[in-house]
Amino acid sequence: MSVEAITGTDAAAAILPKRGGIGGSLSDLLWRRPGLLLFLMLAPPLLWLGVIYIGSLLALLAQSFFSIDEYSGLIDRHFTFKTYGDLFQAANIDIIVRTVTMAALVTLASAIVAFPIAYYAARYARGKWKALFYLGVMLPLWSSYLVKIYAWKLILAKEGILTWLFAKLHLSWLLDSWLSLPVVGGNSLSVSFTGTFIVFVYVWLPFMILPIQAALERVPGNLVEASSDLGASPGQTFRNVLFPLALPGIVAGSIFTFSLTLGDYIIPQIIGTSRLFIGQAVYAQQGTAGNIPLAAAFTVVPIVIMGFYLWGAKRMGAFDAL
Amino acid sequence: MTPAVAFQKTSRHFGAVRAVDAVDLEIKPGEFFAMLGPSGSGKTTCLRLIAGFEQPTSGSISIFGERAEGVPPYRRNVNTVFQDYALFPHLNVLDNVAYGLMVKGVGKDQRLREAEEALRLVQLPGYGSRRPGQLSGGQRQRVALARALVNKPKVLLLDEPLGALDLKLRESMQEELKALQKALGITFVFVTHDQGEALSMADRVAVFNDGRIMQVGAPEEIYQRPASRFVADFVGSSNVLPPDFVQRYVGQRRWGSLRPESIRIGRGTSGDGVAARVVSRHYLGAATKLALDADGLRLHATLPSGMALPDDGDHVVLTFNRDQLHLMEDQA
Repeated sequence: MSVEAITGTDAAAAILPKRGGIGGSLSDLLWRRPGLLLFLMLAPPLLWLGVIYIGSLLALLAQSFFSIDEYSGLIDRHFTFKTYGDLFQAANIDIIVRTVTMAALVTLASAIVAFPIAYYAARYARGKWKALFYLGVMLPLWSSYLVKIYAWKLILAKEGILTWLFAKLHLSWLLDSWLSLPVVGGNSLSVSFTGTFIVFVYVWLPFMILPIQAALERVPGNLVEASSDLGASPGQTFRNVLFPLALPGIVAGSIFTFSLTLGDYIIPQIIGTSRLFIGQAVYAQQGTAGNIPLAAAFTVVPIVIMGFYLWGAKRMGAFDAL
Repeated sequence: MTPAVAFQKTSRHFGAVRAVDAVDLEIKPGEFFAMLGPSGSGKTTCLRLIAGFEQPTSGSISIFGERAEGVPPYRRNVNTVFQDYALFPHLNVLDNVAYGLMVKGVGKDQRLREAEEALRLVQLPGYGSRRPGQLSGGQRQRVALARALVNKPKVLLLDEPLGALDLKLRESMQEELKALQKALGITFVFVTHDQGEALSMADRVAVFNDGRIMQVGAPEEIYQRPASRFVADFVGSSNVLPPDFVQRYVGQRRWGSLRPESIRIGRGTSGDGVAARVVSRHYLGAATKLALDADGLRLHATLPSGMALPDDGDHVVLTFNRDQLHLMEDQA
């Protein structure tokens, strides 16, 4: 470009005239009042979240302080703790303990399986391998949840491919002895807690991988080098640098896997034993039993548990690296 | 005497890129050694080879006489001050400094005491409880230095450690680093692209280009007697003179170099010297740098402040002592 191309133009005005039309004056107004722009952008989602989402959640919680008349089956709209008294019966405690144990195991297993995958994606995958990673992690989310669960029912069934594979590898004895164990065993994997567990881990795994990967992505590579430079073996670097820095991601992922497992009622319905999980109990209470107050009280359980979980995670310093 | 670091025909190739190409180098124990070169010249890869983050494609590296190929970084008694410091964001300053001692299993009381001592050494006593994020660039730099020195390394590697600091801070850190190195007697290997920094701090300088070492020597030697056009050009804006020009004054058809401060300026167009025209003037404080055009050849001259300066476009005559004109190998 020649010098004339820049200096040769006639002296232009230092301040350009206003742009015409509504668009022009709107731009000027929003530029002068950035608060207004923020308000316009946030008001619709806040209304949605605040009124429709939180509001209905509070309405649900309020229901848990009503009670049901056992003879007429009608709801008594007076404040009472009677429903919570019903909630803490032995059978219901069983359901809560079963669900929380399952959620904790699923979360732990997801974290263990997810970490190496997330680590590879964050540290080594570049270009098309990274695209392939995202595709591989997200692809299962594109197909229907029900289709995947019924597919797993076939895979885990007594006549399914897994039983066949164990037989081919001459490992049927291993599968059989696992299935003969109390609690985790059963007639086949598809009607055992082990099956429920496997399918939960499969379905929620992407929700664990992505936050861990995002957390590891933010760890500068030279921190790993610095640790090694200062004399830390790879194991020490993992414990002292990578794990603490990935912890916010692990906690974020575990919030997903933990709360999704706490609330799910379809997977244990299709795959597993006839013993109930919280989600199934809510489903049964509000549907066939028509006991809305008890169903509402059941939904309070995961909320309280998640509250304690987050409080504990914060106390352990899980969010310090944020 | 066993060299602190020795490279023998050491290469590090990344596919077709020869980041370090058959480098021979000996760094003496207790020396302040600078690796100087433009970006991509291989100086940082050399540093990473010593640290153990890279392994040589061929050739050997020894550290105090011990072969280092295939030895992981955590088994080398060598520590690095990283360019952007690489402080652990989740640890406070004291735990950052104590990290090396912690992973070596030093007890908590002792390692915190030694870390506090190291912080005192870099003039940050009492900063231990802060987070790296709460420190300024200069303070982070000092923490990184303390974190490396607390391990009592045989060789300390510094990767452009002053690059992110402002001029004033950089100059004071240069003096401090130099004094620290003298006091501790540890071998310092310092990577920089700033020739002033390399010349003012180092006992010896290696000038890198394209994965090779162009010249190794004391700063005066590099500055006064550059071995090649590249070194003359890169180290301190020397005037590089083509063979035609040199032949007229010295009688040999060789490339030459002439320092800007060796050129004297006379008024007018006549006389025994090189006729030139002043293109522009750059005020540098203690001196003024003139850009000159001598019949198509671009030259620079620096004149101390206080001298009468010619105006832009003035015709001047340049003179210099012939023995200031340094002849170089004919190498690009």
